[in-house]
Amino acid sequence: MRPEKFSFVFLVGGVLMFFFAFVTLVASPWWMLKKVPVAQMEELALHPDEYFTQMKAKYPDTFAAAFGADDSAGYAKALKMGRDIYIAEACWHCHSQYVRPVPGETERFGKVSTATEYQNVLQLPQLFGTRRVGPDLTRVGGKYDNTWHFNHFKNPPALVEGSIMPSYAWFFDKEGNPNAKGLAIVTYVQWLGTWPRVKGLDEEW
Amino acid sequence: MQNAENSLVDEKLVRWHFVAGLVCLLLSMLGGLTYSFQFLGRYPFPGLELLSPGRIRMFHTNMIAYGWIVNAFIGGLAYVVPKLTDRPLASRKLSWTIFFAWQLIVVLMGGGILAGHAQGIEWTETPLFVDPLIVLGVVLVTINIFVPILKARHEAYYVSVWYFVAAMIWTALNYLMGNYLPQYIVPGTGGAAITSAFIHNLVGLLVTPLGWGLLYYFVPAVLKKPIYSHALSLIGFWSLAFFYPLNSVHHYLYSPIPMFIQYASVVASVGIHVVVYTVAYNFFATLRGNGTALMSNIPLRFFYLGIINYILTCFQCAVQVTLSAQQIIHFSDWVVGHAHLVMFGVFGFWILGMMAYLWPKMYKRPLPWGIASAAFWLCAAGNFILWADLGVAGLIQGFLWRHASVPWIETIRASQPFWLIRTFAGTGMLAGIVLLVVALLKTARGTSAEAGAPAGLPVEG
Repeated sequence: MRPEKFSFVFLVGGVLMFFFAFVTLVASPWWMLKKVPVAQMEELALHPDEYFTQMKAKYPDTFAAAFGADDSAGYAKALKMGRDIYIAEACWHCHSQYVRPVPGETERFGKVSTATEYQNVLQLPQLFGTRRVGPDLTRVGGKYDNTWHFNHFKNPPALVEGSIMPSYAWFFDKEGNPNAKGLAIVTYVQWLGTWPRVKGLDEEW
Repeated sequence: MQNAENSLVDEKLVRWHFVAGLVCLLLSMLGGLTYSFQFLGRYPFPGLELLSPGRIRMFHTNMIAYGWIVNAFIGGLAYVVPKLTDRPLASRKLSWTIFFAWQLIVVLMGGGILAGHAQGIEWTETPLFVDPLIVLGVVLVTINIFVPILKARHEAYYVSVWYFVAAMIWTALNYLMGNYLPQYIVPGTGGAAITSAFIHNLVGLLVTPLGWGLLYYFVPAVLKKPIYSHALSLIGFWSLAFFYPLNSVHHYLYSPIPMFIQYASVVASVGIHVVVYTVAYNFFATLRGNGTALMSNIPLRFFYLGIINYILTCFQCAVQVTLSAQQIIHFSDWVVGHAHLVMFGVFGFWILGMMAYLWPKMYKRPLPWGIASAAFWLCAAGNFILWADLGVAGLIQGFLWRHASVPWIETIRASQPFWLIRTFAGTGMLAGIVLLVVALLKTARGTSAEAGAPAGLPVEG
């Protein structure tokens, strides 16, 4: 059998080598984590947080039109929409979502990330990220209040002098109040890192 | 032009793929340049949703991968495969269907990303509704080039063909794996391992093998002598097939992915030294005795500077994947510099060299020497400065991040001088590409007969 043959290149080089890597390395974390159940939206949205309720009080009309009530169903809708905006606007290309066991990171961003924290449907697709222009967002939920976030999305340098984060004017209506997109993205950002805490995955934090 | 219906190579098809690729390259580079202004706090379109910096970033990378590199590769395959097999592609109609379908894919992809329909997977932010079209496109290209290869019935194929065959299989498998498993089936950490494989394989199992496959044809064609060693090309191909797919998880070191997998990927990444030095030695040994051709031959310059950049980038890779280096450089601009050296300085250069060789050959007129040479030096210098500049910026960012007492915003301020240099270097690269496009246009229009132009470019068939 000559290795220069079409069938050899096709089967051994093309198919076999690919599957060898897939089975040994690429897919093995998936199999190893199979015993950890994947949390569905109902579970993630079981306890709407106080930031969500505050939005309802402050922007009742926009809130009601976008999400209905501040119950689990509304919270699930807002989280899903916020996560989709996070992807569409490429937030994840400048903000990572994993804290490494590397000096400086725990002090800045909290406890080192563990695999189980990511076993939920909002990590479909996963949003680890590969670049940090701005800080990591794994546990940013609750670090700032809603008003800070709204003002920040409107004009980041106004809150953080020298910030190079873009302004997201289309998250707001003509009066400068957040629209459905604005409410949803802040709901998602305020949620980040809180689910593992509620779930007890993150007791020391 | 000379385009007989039954000719071996459909030159018009090759040219149109090159033209489409160059249009995408220019658009992508304009996007990249625009994006770089955000880092200087001087974005030209602030608050404009369709041209938001985040979306432009994804437009930039996806246009490079699918608009520029894949378009140019399909064009290159349409030339090289018939030459190697002495048979035309499967069907002329199919070839043109692929051409138009691929341009539709690129338009839907670019428009979809800017309109806010990006998918959350790196290097395939291509909207979900475009993904099936891309799979279909890959299958059609595979059929189109496999038919002549199988009809040729060679007992032993030339090295280029191995790379083409394997690359098509890998890409079909990789695209399905990377787009659908992390999107619908495997969340979080498991999904990250699969995504890392997709990111790595897109470069390692699509761009790299097609790039080398084309180079194994074009370098001997330009030098008019066979490749130095068949045995070395065997080692190069099979070590790529073995090591590259195992590299993947080095994109997420120190992540929650199980450590033993991270260690394995680091070891496999060091293994790519085998690929690099065997293949690079093979090409430099082929050049031996013809080195002076680099003085007068633009395609050869692009090819060999690309090979030097390949050695540089792979050496860098095997060092930067160590866990100690990752502590500093991961998440930083070092990686961005590395990516530009690979995609522009290696594969971009090989494609530009391929175009600079084929274009004058097809029009039977030389490239205007002065413009083409200036284009080469602008691309080369711009790319090198951008790489070195971002490398230093990455180190500074990484070391500042380690000290929790340094406020985050200080790491941005410290990077800004480097980002300014990056913008200038990128402008140089863009100017180089514009000049090269001018040179190609002049050749096509027949206005390139400059006085005193060295006859360095092979024109004869």
